[in-house]
Amino acid sequence: MKKVELIGVSKSYDKKTEVISDITVSIEPGEFFVLVGPSGCGKSTMLRMIAGLEEITGGVLKIGDVESNWLPPSKRDISMVFQNYALYPHLTVEENIVFGLHVKKVPKPERKKRCEDVAEMLGLTPYLKRKPRELSGGQRQRVALARAIVNQAPICLMDEPLSNLDAKLRAHMRSEIRQIQRRLGITMIYVTHDQVEAMTMGDRIMILHDGKIQQIGQPIDIYNNPANPFVATFIGSPPMNIGEGKVGSAKNEIVFSEEAKIAVPEKDWPLLKSDTIIIGVRPEHLKAATKETKAEDKVYVKTTNVEVLGNETIFSFDMGGREWMAKWTGQWRIDVGDMVPIVINYDSLCLFDSETEKIIKTPSDIENHVFDKEVFI
Amino acid sequence: MMMSTPKKILFYILLVISAFLVFFPVMYAFMISFMSGGEILQGKFFPESIHFDNYVKVFDRLPLMNYLINSFVVSFGVMLGQLVVCSLAAYAFVFIPFKGRDFIFFLFISTMMIPWEATMIPNFFTIQKLDWMNTYQGLTVPFFALAFGTFLLRQHFKTIPKELHEAAEVAGLGKFAFFWRVILPVSKTSLVTLGAYGFLTTWNMYLWPLLVTSTDQVRTVQIGLKQLQSQEVATEWGVVMAGVIVVIIPTLLLLFAGQRQLQKGLTQGALK
Repeated sequence: MKKVELIGVSKSYDKKTEVISDITVSIEPGEFFVLVGPSGCGKSTMLRMIAGLEEITGGVLKIGDVESNWLPPSKRDISMVFQNYALYPHLTVEENIVFGLHVKKVPKPERKKRCEDVAEMLGLTPYLKRKPRELSGGQRQRVALARAIVNQAPICLMDEPLSNLDAKLRAHMRSEIRQIQRRLGITMIYVTHDQVEAMTMGDRIMILHDGKIQQIGQPIDIYNNPANPFVATFIGSPPMNIGEGKVGSAKNEIVFSEEAKIAVPEKDWPLLKSDTIIIGVRPEHLKAATKETKAEDKVYVKTTNVEVLGNETIFSFDMGGREWMAKWTGQWRIDVGDMVPIVINYDSLCLFDSETEKIIKTPSDIENHVFDKEVFI
Repeated sequence: MMMSTPKKILFYILLVISAFLVFFPVMYAFMISFMSGGEILQGKFFPESIHFDNYVKVFDRLPLMNYLINSFVVSFGVMLGQLVVCSLAAYAFVFIPFKGRDFIFFLFISTMMIPWEATMIPNFFTIQKLDWMNTYQGLTVPFFALAFGTFLLRQHFKTIPKELHEAAEVAGLGKFAFFWRVILPVSKTSLVTLGAYGFLTTWNMYLWPLLVTSTDQVRTVQIGLKQLQSQEVATEWGVVMAGVIVVIIPTLLLLFAGQRQLQKGLTQGALK
């Protein structure tokens, strides 16, 4: 249960270009912190810098209020789970688990007890005498996890630990890791490229792109208020629809194709300063037009692909040269090529400044169906 | 692999013929070692009766047991020395980053292109100056640093995932502890290969032991065999071949033992 603080941390291999620049974040004790971003964004490098496997070329890293830039990995009170598990192939599961304890000179009875406890917790007891190669992927993953938690380090780092597992096992391990983290109160720093993992596991998540922080916050806040179009399209599945909009000459409407215009209410007119604007709308916020819908609000779109997923229907269509998607609940009998009337509601739009790409308006109506506990009887 | 029966038969016939061709000299030597002088001159292949006179004679005429022990000590010493030196060197070349590492490695490897005989004279002078003539260290130490062995082990160490190294670092394992407790057990296969190779080449070495030994004290068995030939005016081939068979036995034993270990290592398979 230690705090990890990064202050202006940066990394450069050739002293010219920075692969990670100016990262400032404070990870609270006992927090589940997720680093997420597309591959090559520097998230693994950042984790390895915290672990001490990679040199920090600028800024300060503090672990539990101690400056740790130059501490060796073993002195940083961390444990780490690697993507390919890094189990020692010549040792049995039991020896693998207690390997670190052996190095730290924990007495033998204590070692055995801790190993048994951890094995019990992760359901590894029947496999303690086996070699890693005799285990399935999921079991190996558990051994790696056991090895990380057995030495009771206050901070645990995980580098895409679930990416080698199949989808079903991944979902299972996701909740298992989360539960163990809560039970032991470890400060967890977790790297993933999977936005679902980030959304479901993190207390807070940090989105990285090209070595820069895009946004830090609680998953739901990020979903509702994405800081820029990159975050908007990265978080959420299917991604948020993004389009270029022109601001009408009277500065009171946004035009983003010949047939689609949206009137802007008077209070938001000051937001429309430039001629163009980036608009974003979540697929679930695009609604089907009904009989009551006024003709000028209807937008007819031609579907290019339809996916029916049992309880929801996702269809894509072309909007101003980009592929957009809409997600409706229920099973809609739509065929490819059908003209579908949809409604784009101004209240559910995100608006981004076209130059700085900063968000200037978040969806205000929130059809997200936020419920509080009071609704329970 | 599935094969049709005629094809299989053909393959086996070819295999048997080539096996026979390769193995013939050894078999002939084995047969001769049981023959008396007269029988050998008649050019027979099978001895009339099996008798061990030649074996008794060879142990009589030479301190063969002594030579065998010497050979064993020298071969074993070189083997151990090579394993220690090569594995440490390979470890440095793979896991310890330093400036000019690749250049030094290629320089090191390029020594493989210099024939060993070319370095023999300087080596001989060094040994002479150290006063190591007729000693075990004189016979063993010049062979400890082996470019081929370093190369072999480096290639194997490079296949070890670097995450193992990092995991050990996080666990707080020192550099030598990592080498001893992770690298060596994981590379058992390559170490056995290199060990067998080192042992056999040293066992069969002739020129260097001939140069640095002048007494029976540390002389190796290969020199002994040569002595058998030149001692008599007419070489008693039966005795020589008996000596040869005795000398081959340890090699064969090692090969069998090593092969089992090798197969075990190979079937263990890589771990992702």
